[in-house]
Amino acid sequence: MNLLSVSNLHVNFHLKGQDLAALIDVSFTLNRGERIAIVGESGAGKSILGFSIVNLVDKPGYIKSGSIKLQNKEITTMSLPQLQEVRGKRIAMIFQDPMMTLNPVLTIGVQLVEAIRSHTRISFKDAKNIAIEKLHSVQIASPEKRFNQYPHELSGGMRQRVIIATVLLLNPDIIIADEPTTALDVTIQAEIIQLLLDICRNNSMALLLISHDLGVVSRVAERTIVMYAGRVVEEGPTLEIINDPQHPYTQGLLNALPQMALPGQRLNQIQGSMPPLNERPSGCAFHPRCPYATDQCRQQQPSFIHSGVSTVACFMVEDMINDAHLDDDEESR
Amino acid sequence: MPTPLIQISHLEKSFTTNKSWFGQWQIDRGKIRRKKDSVHALNGVNLTINQGETLCVVGETGCGKSTLARVLMGLTPASSGEVHYQDQRIDHLNDRQRMLFRRRMQMVFQNPYASLNPRMTVYQTLSEPISFHNPQLSASQVDEKIHALLESVGISPSSMDNYPNEFSGGQRQRISLARALSVEPDFIIADEPLSALDVSVQAQVLNLMMDKQEERNLTYLFITHDLAVVEHFATRVAVMYLGRVCELASTSTLFSAPKHPYTKALLSAIPRLDNNTTQPIRLMGEVPTQMDKPIGCVFQARCPYANPRCYKESPEMIRQPDNSTVACHAVDEGRL
Repeated sequence: MNLLSVSNLHVNFHLKGQDLAALIDVSFTLNRGERIAIVGESGAGKSILGFSIVNLVDKPGYIKSGSIKLQNKEITTMSLPQLQEVRGKRIAMIFQDPMMTLNPVLTIGVQLVEAIRSHTRISFKDAKNIAIEKLHSVQIASPEKRFNQYPHELSGGMRQRVIIATVLLLNPDIIIADEPTTALDVTIQAEIIQLLLDICRNNSMALLLISHDLGVVSRVAERTIVMYAGRVVEEGPTLEIINDPQHPYTQGLLNALPQMALPGQRLNQIQGSMPPLNERPSGCAFHPRCPYATDQCRQQQPSFIHSGVSTVACFMVEDMINDAHLDDDEESR
Repeated sequence: MPTPLIQISHLEKSFTTNKSWFGQWQIDRGKIRRKKDSVHALNGVNLTINQGETLCVVGETGCGKSTLARVLMGLTPASSGEVHYQDQRIDHLNDRQRMLFRRRMQMVFQNPYASLNPRMTVYQTLSEPISFHNPQLSASQVDEKIHALLESVGISPSSMDNYPNEFSGGQRQRISLARALSVEPDFIIADEPLSALDVSVQAQVLNLMMDKQEERNLTYLFITHDLAVVEHFATRVAVMYLGRVCELASTSTLFSAPKHPYTKALLSAIPRLDNNTTQPIRLMGEVPTQMDKPIGCVFQARCPYANPRCYKESPEMIRQPDNSTVACHAVDEGRL
């Protein structure tokens, strides 16, 4: 049974009298305890996808069509009280900048207790005990002292730990982490990643990690979804995607990493940049930047095909697979 | 033998944290005393930057890497110590001298959204430094120069009357680089120029910087916390911790045989694509802020190898057999 299933999700933005598509036909499923990463450049729609799962897409954006089901309950049509039940309790989010997420004029403790008490009817004292226990579980030293401190008194890594503690308060089934370590140093990043991994494993929570750092993704996620210009272009097991990327965009992303080139040599850059919402090209959106683009790519949108254990939306891969089949047929004849 | 371009010796910088003069007076055991709280951002940095090389400075937030860049550029005055550019001492220039001196060194900042003036077109942004430093040029010559400059960084000269908000992050960082190159400097300080950019755009900017270095024989001081970029781009690497350089080595030496315990921890924390099994070395706690001048080694509080000597005596930079220099008692004593 799938915990979360997103199918044919379309999210549009109504801007300057135009209806612009930010997410086009996005489908995926998340099982209990599974860790999925969503990667892509800025503007690919990764964060919008994260927001739309908890129905947080704000005006001028709206969910145009498609469904998001949390254990057979449709999220897109829920009323606000129902949504509030889902947010935090079933699906929790971690954002990029911990300073923006925490309220600067309230102590850590007040914010944690508020989160518990808004979902369950318990006394302040009990809530405080739960909060301190959770702060302890995210390896914050002397949680009793931190409980009464303000966010600015903590370092960046500590703040992100507090956020993770907040997320854990209500034992959600799914954690959506939107670039949780981008604002942190490498050493702190390694600790936070390890912490997230341990938490997900120990409590069998599912994780949806939104990131552009493929190194982080390879450490955390079991499956990876690559997005480009609002569409999913490749999906598969993380190891498979990293070792044998099929889509030219995934290949480009991996090749652009400095560790993929010899020291001192030029890096393999992807030409051009992500098109803005109002300038999405026809056909396959990646064709202006793709070294293998043909006329077919310029006119038609490729559909998903299975290539090994991954699914890819690319005509080139499709042709290669068809050719391989033809060869097989000829050989068998 | 490489020729040194910049020599930094015993550079120190501290910032006072008291806001007002009144706030500095405190009653201490019945007496009124004046007390200045200060953060020691740089604690005696010694570095030599050679001509034509890329020196990368790495370290965690708060280790003083950006302060080092700002002091070198003269954006903040140093508390003590000296900076020499070839034969000239540059840390005590007056404003006018410094303005003229900026022709020799330029800076590229971290955030291209904040470092370009949103009310100036690209043309204005670039023409200002060019006509200031080359007053003899006519308007058409300046135009020509800007055309060539924009083309060389891959921005179409037709868009030179656009404002910065019309460009993407990568394009803005190219314009920043064009602005730095406009006065034809020998030395460019880049303070985390890639951290606001996507991987693919990072590659574009990094390639551009490498091309320009080859073309003009530039020297870079490159400040970053992305060690994958360092490994690819740097000639030598200086690892900083709490205002001190703790290890200085050529890139290949540093990455193949890191010596300082902090460098080891830092390198093990890089998320890599290939080795999923290696566990990062965990450092206890986070970088402390430097309110008091450190006694002993700056890394003592988080170091797993610290012994009593480390708490008393500050380690000196000692040259190792493989030509790297390391400031660590444990390495010196052969305990590590």
